[in-house]
Amino acid sequence: MELVVFVLAAAMVLGGALGVVTRSNPVIVYAGAIVVLFLFVIMLLGVDESEDLSVEPIAKQRPLALILGGGLVAIIIAAVVTGRENFSAAGGALESATLESPDANIRALARSIFSTNVFAFEITSVLLLVAVVGTVVMARRMKSLGTGK
Amino acid sequence: MLSAIEPTTSWYLILSAVLFGIGTVGVLVRRNPLVMFMCIELMLNAVNLSFVALATQLSNVNGQVAVFFVMVVAAAEVVVGLGIIVSIMRRRTDATADDLSGLKG
Repeated sequence: MELVVFVLAAAMVLGGALGVVTRSNPVIVYAGAIVVLFLFVIMLLGVDESEDLSVEPIAKQRPLALILGGGLVAIIIAAVVTGRENFSAAGGALESATLESPDANIRALARSIFSTNVFAFEITSVLLLVAVVGTVVMARRMKSLGTGK
Repeated sequence: MLSAIEPTTSWYLILSAVLFGIGTVGVLVRRNPLVMFMCIELMLNAVNLSFVALATQLSNVNGQVAVFFVMVVAAAEVVVGLGIIVSIMRRRTDATADDLSGLKG
Protein backbone atom coordinates (compact mmCIF):
# COMPACT_ATOMS: atom_id res chain seq x y z
CA MET A 1 0.00 0.00 0.00
CA GLU A 2 2.78 2.40 0.96
CA LEU A 3 4.57 1.38 -2.22
CA VAL A 4 1.61 2.42 -4.37
CA VAL A 5 1.35 5.79 -2.65
CA PHE A 6 5.12 6.29 -2.90
CA VAL A 7 5.27 5.46 -6.60
CA LEU A 8 2.30 7.65 -7.49
CA ALA A 9 3.52 10.61 -5.44
CA ALA A 10 7.09 10.24 -6.69
CA ALA A 11 5.93 10.13 -10.30
CA MET A 12 3.83 13.26 -9.84
CA VAL A 13 6.64 15.12 -8.04
CA LEU A 14 9.30 14.17 -10.57
CA GLY A 15 7.02 15.02 -13.48
CA GLY A 16 6.24 18.41 -12.01
CA ALA A 17 9.89 19.09 -11.24
CA LEU A 18 11.02 18.20 -14.74
CA GLY A 19 8.19 20.30 -16.11
CA VAL A 20 9.34 23.37 -14.19
CA VAL A 21 12.84 23.00 -15.64
CA THR A 22 12.08 21.99 -19.20
CA ARG A 23 8.82 23.71 -20.09
CA SER A 24 8.95 27.22 -21.46
CA ASN A 25 5.63 28.09 -19.85
CA PRO A 26 5.78 27.62 -16.05
CA VAL A 27 2.20 28.37 -15.11
CA ILE A 28 0.68 25.00 -15.97
CA VAL A 29 3.15 22.80 -14.20
CA TYR A 30 3.87 24.50 -10.92
CA ALA A 31 1.83 23.69 -7.85
CA GLY A 32 3.52 23.98 -4.48
CA ALA A 33 3.36 25.35 -1.00
CA ILE A 34 3.90 28.98 -1.89
CA VAL A 35 1.93 28.56 -5.08
CA VAL A 36 -0.49 31.37 -4.37
CA LEU A 37 2.32 33.88 -4.06
CA PHE A 38 3.98 32.69 -7.24
CA LEU A 39 0.74 32.64 -9.19
CA PHE A 40 -0.06 36.11 -7.96
CA VAL A 41 3.26 37.47 -9.21
CA ILE A 42 2.97 35.59 -12.50
CA MET A 43 -0.48 37.07 -12.94
CA LEU A 44 0.82 40.52 -12.04
CA LEU A 45 3.79 40.42 -14.38
CA GLY A 46 2.25 38.39 -17.18
CA VAL A 47 5.18 36.02 -17.68
CA ASP A 48 3.00 33.71 -19.70
CA GLU A 49 4.75 34.48 -22.98
CA SER A 50 7.06 31.57 -23.52
CA GLU A 51 10.77 31.91 -23.03
CA ASP A 52 12.83 30.93 -26.05
CA LEU A 53 14.60 27.79 -24.93
CA SER A 54 16.28 27.06 -28.25
CA VAL A 55 18.96 29.69 -27.88
CA GLU A 56 21.78 29.01 -25.46
CA PRO A 57 23.19 32.31 -24.22
CA ILE A 58 26.40 30.92 -22.77
CA ALA A 59 28.15 28.29 -24.84
CA LYS A 60 28.31 24.76 -23.40
CA GLN A 61 26.29 25.85 -20.39
CA ARG A 62 23.57 23.21 -20.62
CA PRO A 63 25.83 20.16 -21.04
CA LEU A 64 27.99 21.38 -18.18
CA ALA A 65 24.96 21.95 -15.99
CA LEU A 66 23.61 18.51 -16.79
CA ILE A 67 26.97 16.90 -16.02
CA LEU A 68 27.19 18.80 -12.74
CA GLY A 69 23.64 17.96 -11.70
CA GLY A 70 23.99 14.33 -12.70
CA GLY A 71 27.27 14.06 -10.82
CA LEU A 72 25.70 15.61 -7.73
CA VAL A 73 22.81 13.14 -7.81
CA ALA A 74 25.22 10.23 -8.38
CA ILE A 75 27.37 11.26 -5.41
CA ILE A 76 24.37 11.61 -3.08
CA ILE A 77 22.90 8.29 -4.21
CA ALA A 78 26.28 6.61 -3.70
CA ALA A 79 26.42 8.05 -0.19
CA VAL A 80 22.89 6.82 0.55
CA VAL A 81 23.56 3.34 -0.81
CA THR A 82 26.87 2.90 1.02
CA GLY A 83 25.59 4.37 4.27
CA ARG A 84 22.22 2.69 4.45
CA GLU A 85 23.30 0.00 6.92
CA ASN A 86 24.07 2.66 9.47
CA PHE A 87 20.66 4.21 9.64
CA SER A 88 18.64 1.13 8.88
CA ALA A 89 19.93 -0.39 12.12
CA ALA A 90 18.44 2.44 14.17
CA GLY A 91 14.96 1.30 13.29
CA GLY A 92 11.81 2.48 14.98
CA ALA A 93 9.30 5.06 13.89
CA LEU A 94 7.75 8.13 15.34
CA GLU A 95 4.64 7.48 17.34
CA SER A 96 1.96 7.33 14.74
CA ALA A 97 -1.56 8.49 15.40
CA THR A 98 -3.92 5.90 16.82
CA LEU A 99 -7.51 6.10 17.87
CA GLU A 100 -6.46 6.23 21.52
CA SER A 101 -3.90 9.01 21.10
CA PRO A 102 -4.52 10.79 17.80
CA ASP A 103 -2.10 13.61 18.54
CA ALA A 104 0.97 11.83 19.93
CA ASN A 105 3.28 13.01 17.18
CA ILE A 106 1.95 16.55 17.18
CA ARG A 107 2.43 16.74 20.93
CA ALA A 108 6.09 15.74 20.58
CA LEU A 109 6.54 18.27 17.80
CA ALA A 110 5.01 21.06 19.85
CA ARG A 111 7.08 20.16 22.88
CA SER A 112 10.25 20.36 20.79
CA ILE A 113 9.33 23.65 19.13
CA PHE A 114 8.13 25.45 22.23
CA SER A 115 10.76 24.25 24.69
CA THR A 116 14.01 23.11 23.07
CA ASN A 117 13.83 25.33 20.02
CA VAL A 118 11.85 28.22 21.47
CA PHE A 119 14.63 30.72 20.73
CA ALA A 120 14.70 29.77 17.05
CA PHE A 121 10.92 30.02 17.04
CA GLU A 122 11.02 33.58 18.37
CA ILE A 123 13.73 34.53 15.87
CA THR A 124 11.46 33.13 13.16
CA SER A 125 8.76 35.62 14.02
CA VAL A 126 11.29 38.45 13.76
CA LEU A 127 12.39 37.09 10.38
CA LEU A 128 8.84 37.02 9.05
CA LEU A 129 8.23 40.55 10.30
CA VAL A 130 11.40 41.81 8.61
CA ALA A 131 10.43 40.10 5.36
CA VAL A 132 6.96 41.62 5.35
CA VAL A 133 8.13 45.13 6.22
CA GLY A 134 10.98 44.96 3.72
CA THR A 135 8.68 43.85 0.92
CA VAL A 136 6.16 46.58 1.66
CA VAL A 137 8.90 49.22 1.60
CA MET A 138 10.40 47.80 -1.58
CA ALA A 139 7.22 47.25 -3.54
CA ARG A 140 5.54 50.52 -2.64
CA ARG A 141 5.59 53.14 -5.35
CA MET A 142 7.44 56.25 -4.28
CA LYS A 143 4.98 59.12 -4.46
CA SER A 144 7.40 61.55 -6.08
CA LEU A 145 8.55 59.03 -8.69
CA GLY A 146 5.46 56.95 -9.31
CA THR A 147 2.94 59.68 -10.19
CA GLY A 148 5.29 61.44 -12.57
CA LYS A 149 5.40 58.61 -15.09
CA MET B 1 1.56 -9.19 -4.36
CA LEU B 2 2.39 -5.57 -4.95
CA SER B 3 2.34 -4.54 -1.32
CA ALA B 4 5.09 -7.04 -0.50
CA ILE B 5 7.74 -4.44 -1.37
CA GLU B 6 7.68 -1.54 1.04
CA PRO B 7 9.66 1.60 0.22
CA THR B 8 12.54 2.05 2.64
CA THR B 9 14.16 5.25 3.79
CA SER B 10 16.76 4.89 1.03
CA TRP B 11 14.02 5.28 -1.59
CA TYR B 12 12.97 8.58 -0.10
CA LEU B 13 16.55 9.78 0.15
CA ILE B 14 17.23 8.87 -3.49
CA LEU B 15 14.03 10.60 -4.62
CA SER B 16 15.14 13.62 -2.64
CA ALA B 17 18.57 13.54 -4.29
CA VAL B 18 17.02 13.38 -7.76
CA LEU B 19 14.74 16.30 -6.98
CA PHE B 20 17.69 18.30 -5.67
CA GLY B 21 19.62 17.56 -8.87
CA ILE B 22 16.71 18.70 -11.03
CA GLY B 23 16.54 21.92 -9.03
CA THR B 24 20.28 22.48 -9.41
CA VAL B 25 20.16 22.01 -13.17
CA GLY B 26 17.16 24.31 -13.35
CA VAL B 27 18.92 27.12 -11.52
CA LEU B 28 21.97 26.71 -13.74
CA VAL B 29 20.11 26.47 -17.04
CA ARG B 30 17.06 28.71 -16.86
CA ARG B 31 17.16 32.46 -17.47
CA ASN B 32 13.83 33.62 -16.09
CA PRO B 33 14.30 34.75 -12.46
CA LEU B 34 10.85 33.49 -11.57
CA VAL B 35 11.66 29.98 -12.78
CA MET B 36 15.01 30.10 -11.03
CA PHE B 37 13.11 30.89 -7.85
CA MET B 38 10.85 27.90 -8.34
CA CYS B 39 13.93 25.71 -8.75
CA ILE B 40 15.35 27.01 -5.48
CA GLU B 41 12.04 26.07 -3.86
CA LEU B 42 12.42 22.63 -5.40
CA MET B 43 15.84 22.19 -3.82
CA LEU B 44 14.57 23.33 -0.42
CA ASN B 45 11.68 20.90 -0.57
CA ALA B 46 13.96 18.06 -1.65
CA VAL B 47 16.00 18.62 1.50
CA ASN B 48 12.75 18.75 3.49
CA LEU B 49 11.83 15.34 2.13
CA SER B 50 15.09 13.83 3.31
CA PHE B 51 14.67 15.50 6.71
CA VAL B 52 11.23 13.95 7.15
CA ALA B 53 12.35 10.53 5.91
CA LEU B 54 15.25 10.43 8.33
CA ALA B 55 13.13 11.76 11.19
CA THR B 56 10.74 8.87 10.69
CA GLN B 57 13.57 6.38 10.34
CA LEU B 58 15.47 7.52 13.41
CA SER B 59 12.34 8.14 15.47
CA ASN B 60 13.52 11.65 16.23
CA VAL B 61 11.13 14.57 16.04
CA ASN B 62 13.90 17.12 15.48
CA GLY B 63 13.89 16.43 11.75
CA GLN B 64 10.29 17.57 11.51
CA VAL B 65 11.11 20.67 13.56
CA ALA B 66 13.90 21.48 11.10
CA VAL B 67 11.44 21.15 8.23
CA PHE B 68 9.13 23.57 10.00
CA PHE B 69 11.87 26.17 10.21
CA VAL B 70 12.99 25.58 6.63
CA MET B 71 9.43 26.22 5.47
CA VAL B 72 9.26 29.49 7.40
CA VAL B 73 12.59 30.69 6.04
CA ALA B 74 11.56 29.65 2.51
CA ALA B 75 8.37 31.67 2.83
CA ALA B 76 10.28 34.76 3.97
CA GLU B 77 12.83 34.27 1.20
CA VAL B 78 10.14 33.98 -1.46
CA VAL B 79 8.37 37.09 -0.20
CA VAL B 80 11.55 39.19 -0.42
CA GLY B 81 12.70 37.63 -3.70
CA LEU B 82 9.38 38.09 -5.46
CA GLY B 83 9.29 41.67 -4.20
CA ILE B 84 12.67 42.28 -5.82
CA ILE B 85 11.54 40.63 -9.06
CA VAL B 86 8.36 42.72 -9.15
CA SER B 87 10.28 45.96 -8.62
CA ILE B 88 12.78 45.01 -11.35
CA MET B 89 10.05 44.07 -13.80
CA ARG B 90 8.30 47.35 -13.12
CA ARG B 91 11.26 49.25 -14.53
CA ARG B 92 11.99 47.01 -17.49
CA THR B 93 9.81 44.33 -18.96
CA ASP B 94 11.07 40.86 -19.79
CA ALA B 95 14.15 40.91 -17.57
CA THR B 96 16.25 37.76 -17.66
CA ALA B 97 19.11 36.96 -15.35
CA ASP B 98 21.54 37.98 -18.10
CA ASP B 99 19.99 41.44 -18.44
CA LEU B 100 20.60 42.01 -14.75
CA SER B 101 24.34 41.49 -15.14
CA GLY B 102 24.53 45.26 -15.65
CA LEU B 103 24.12 45.50 -11.88
CA LYS B 104 27.67 44.34 -11.30
CA GLY B 105 30.15 47.08 -10.57
